[in-house]
Amino acid sequence: MSTPTPSQTVGPYYAIGLCRRPDDELDPDGIELAGRLLDGQGEPIGDGVVELWEAERRLWGRSGTDAEGRFRFLVPRDAAVLEAFVFARGLLRHQRTRIYLREAEDEVLAGLEPARRATLVAWTEDGRLRFDIRMQGDRATVFFAH
Amino acid sequence: MTIAADPYEGPVVLPDDPSLGPEVQVDYPGYRSTRWRAPKDPLVTLPEELHRIDGPVFGESALAPLDNDLTRQHDGEPLGERILVHGRVLGDDGKPIRGALVEVWQANAAGRYRHDVDVHPAPLDPNFSGAGRCLTDDEGRYSFTTIKPGAYPWRNHDNAWRPAHIHFSLFGRLFTERLVTQMYFPGDPLFPHDPIFNSVRDPRSRELLVARFDLAKTEPEWALAYEWDVVLRSTPFEP
Repeated sequence: MSTPTPSQTVGPYYAIGLCRRPDDELDPDGIELAGRLLDGQGEPIGDGVVELWEAERRLWGRSGTDAEGRFRFLVPRDAAVLEAFVFARGLLRHQRTRIYLREAEDEVLAGLEPARRATLVAWTEDGRLRFDIRMQGDRATVFFAH
Repeated sequence: MTIAADPYEGPVVLPDDPSLGPEVQVDYPGYRSTRWRAPKDPLVTLPEELHRIDGPVFGESALAPLDNDLTRQHDGEPLGERILVHGRVLGDDGKPIRGALVEVWQANAAGRYRHDVDVHPAPLDPNFSGAGRCLTDDEGRYSFTTIKPGAYPWRNHDNAWRPAHIHFSLFGRLFTERLVTQMYFPGDPLFPHDPIFNSVRDPRSRELLVARFDLAKTEPEWALAYEWDVVLRSTPFEP
């Protein structure tokens, strides 16, 4: 086993390297999935990156957050769950979460308290999907070891 | 780069702790931005099969001409010390990862990023954007031509300066092999003072972030060379 190279933060200037072209459409004909990335004080994280991966169909996307912490994707309407990574200044390693597009029963959700599992399920608002990512606090999103 | 309203009075750098190995301490108090951003709840363990899913594969279509030569993306040449940075991308089984997308970004020779948020009073270079990409070859090799980035101040604490570094983003074969990190240059006097570098508290693992000066690959009358291999982790850290 070779020792893995340690992680370091993506820092505040990642857009130079990671957001040179729009990459936020996993499915150009899909439904909009929008949300906000928020810190432990409820403040927007305006220098974060969210990456999504729909493993079944092998669809990938990336969205930097704006000053209000907003990210936005087009995702397949009938996808069940999306794998997600969150990067930001202040995150020395990226965090892994999952975005369920609707309520579901699986081993991952079954192992969580109801309030915690609710942090992983998107909701519908004005015909689009909403999903907020909270790094800390009472309603903190569930993050997974990776 | 905002300054927190509540000044941090503790140590900027914590003592070494070899027991952590290559893991970073994500709630590293000397790096103030971690305070409200690093998750506080214990990480949840996923079923094993969710650690083994394949990740995205990027082909040549992800690249543009000259993406791996940051010195030739404008009409003129950027100022600074021209360097070659090369190495291999490996799995933690030691095997090369071919076709891995490697993305880099960096400050210019004066320590300034081409980004609206960067207000360091150092000059922008009209001939330097500071971004590149490449795919690894069949032996896992990547290579960039660039200029050596400058150190820059960052207001994290009194008289805070980042050691010179190049940001790297890498995709492996597995979804979980994703890595974003920073490559540093050997012998930087700022190492002992930088909380980001020292968030890797195992000194041997920290050394893995430092490139090796590579005289053999240095091109006479043209550019110095540095070699830096990257090993992507395939198994999760303990929660």
